[in-house]
Amino acid sequence: MEQKRKETAVVYKQQEIATDIYDMWITTSLAAQAKPGQFISVYTHDKSALLPRPISICEADRENGRLRIVYRVAGKGTAEFSRYKAGRHIDILGTLGNGFPLEKAKGKKVFLMGGGIGIPPMLELAKAIAHNAGNEVQAASVDIIVGYRDKELFLSEDLSRYGKVHIATEDGSAGTKGNVMDAIASEGLEADVIFACGPMPMLRAIKKYAAEKGMEAYISLEERMACGVGACLGCVVKTREVDHHSHVNNARICTDGPVYAAQNVEI
Amino acid sequence: MFNTQITIAGVTFKNPVMTASGTFGSGMEYSEFVDLNSLGAVVTKGVANVPWEGNPTPRVQETYGGMLNAIGLQNPGIDVFIERDIPFLRQYDTRIIVNVCGRSASDYVEVVEKLADQPVDMLEINVSCPNVKHGGIAFGQDPKCLFDITKEIKAKARQPIIMKLSPNVTDIAEMAKAAEAAGSDAISLINTITGMKIDIHKRTFALANKTGGLSGPAIKPVAVRMVYQAANAVKIPVIGMGGIANAEDAIEFMLAGATGIAVGAMNFVNPYTTAEVVKGIETYMRQYHIENISDIIGTVK
Repeated sequence: MEQKRKETAVVYKQQEIATDIYDMWITTSLAAQAKPGQFISVYTHDKSALLPRPISICEADRENGRLRIVYRVAGKGTAEFSRYKAGRHIDILGTLGNGFPLEKAKGKKVFLMGGGIGIPPMLELAKAIAHNAGNEVQAASVDIIVGYRDKELFLSEDLSRYGKVHIATEDGSAGTKGNVMDAIASEGLEADVIFACGPMPMLRAIKKYAAEKGMEAYISLEERMACGVGACLGCVVKTREVDHHSHVNNARICTDGPVYAAQNVEI
Repeated sequence: MFNTQITIAGVTFKNPVMTASGTFGSGMEYSEFVDLNSLGAVVTKGVANVPWEGNPTPRVQETYGGMLNAIGLQNPGIDVFIERDIPFLRQYDTRIIVNVCGRSASDYVEVVEKLADQPVDMLEINVSCPNVKHGGIAFGQDPKCLFDITKEIKAKARQPIIMKLSPNVTDIAEMAKAAEAAGSDAISLINTITGMKIDIHKRTFALANKTGGLSGPAIKPVAVRMVYQAANAVKIPVIGMGGIANAEDAIEFMLAGATGIAVGAMNFVNPYTTAEVVKGIETYMRQYHIENISDIIGTVK
């Protein structure tokens, strides 16, 4: 049964796959219930840093009971994680949040868009969409558009197994110079539905683009959070309609999200 | 046999362990982790007469050994609370303490009156939230104001009331005495300590609200000191909180004078904390052959 819980996982392996970007596989029973777009919260051993770090699930290996997380070192918590070697115990809480609405991809031409450290959740999502379709027709109709700072194109090879990868880089060292929106424009790409995760300016641009084109877009948000389970009300996003739980125009990203229909949130 | 029962204002609790308001919702989210039947009481997130939106984000930030929050008392309003949250909690064999917030005396009174016929055990009056302008903090920082608001609420409340005190005062004993003199049945403390964090890379405040309430293990020594001072200043029971992470911390508060104790920020860190504190108190009682947990209250003088 799918149940949120805190448990001790074990680091299976870890490597740095780009500057400050780490790729860690952990052995955990939570792998069995992981859905694309969900996240786990990871605890530091340093007890002066109390709150767990929310990190998106990049891949789930249900057979072997392993989860893959790919994260950027952004502070003392993630710096500690980056030093972990195989066999290290690591406390995690999960699986948290709702995933991407996979059913919206059925029979549609899909854009999967990831920017920077928003790229990792696109991998499990791409895999799920490909498996759902169960044939190459769907795989061929998935365009994966990913934006990087430079030519350190982490995860792009993994992604290419599940769709056609289009690259944008800020410095123009690979693919289209610019961001993911520039890549869509320069390559003349079209789709029916968008799934995206990335920095807020990218998500705002996608919301605007989807509205103009009359497309559905599902975006994954992040915010500073404490509990991760919907109790503290730290990580809210403004909503267009009054939220069914809060009864105000705020939804909890950790519990009601992190994925929202772009038109339903004020970002 | 060990007796973990305590009594506050005529209400008996199966054990002293409660949840600190605002850290446990109305129990629903943590019922996935903790058997609510095992707790002395669930103290709910503050509820006002109408829904409150709360503050902009970021609302939370981590600090050394603790955290800052400036949620701004977002809540769905008393009508939804009565319809949804109270029936949920009634399914469990635990006491229900409703935390009441307001911007004016009439806000508090409206909520208290709506709760009059509800099956809740006690009311905790939040006159100490540092994150809302006129969020009651004015009532909680001046003894005369505290006395007046307590008297007004006590006159209307059907259930026993607990005034929740702010630590952001010079003399906590004076505040405790004011609440007692106005008829409060108990007091709880401490609410969070006003703090600030600055993001040196963005050169801006880390919280959208600029200031926030500091909680977590970092504030525990301040809380123990204030609970001790308050408990020695009044005869009404004290509910102690501030950085409790385990049973040892809970026992420390009880020795300082707390009858009940509440787990706050640590729920966010370890969702099983409350249940672990319940178990740990039993272990402590066995270790020191304590028959009644109430025997240890305020025994360190």
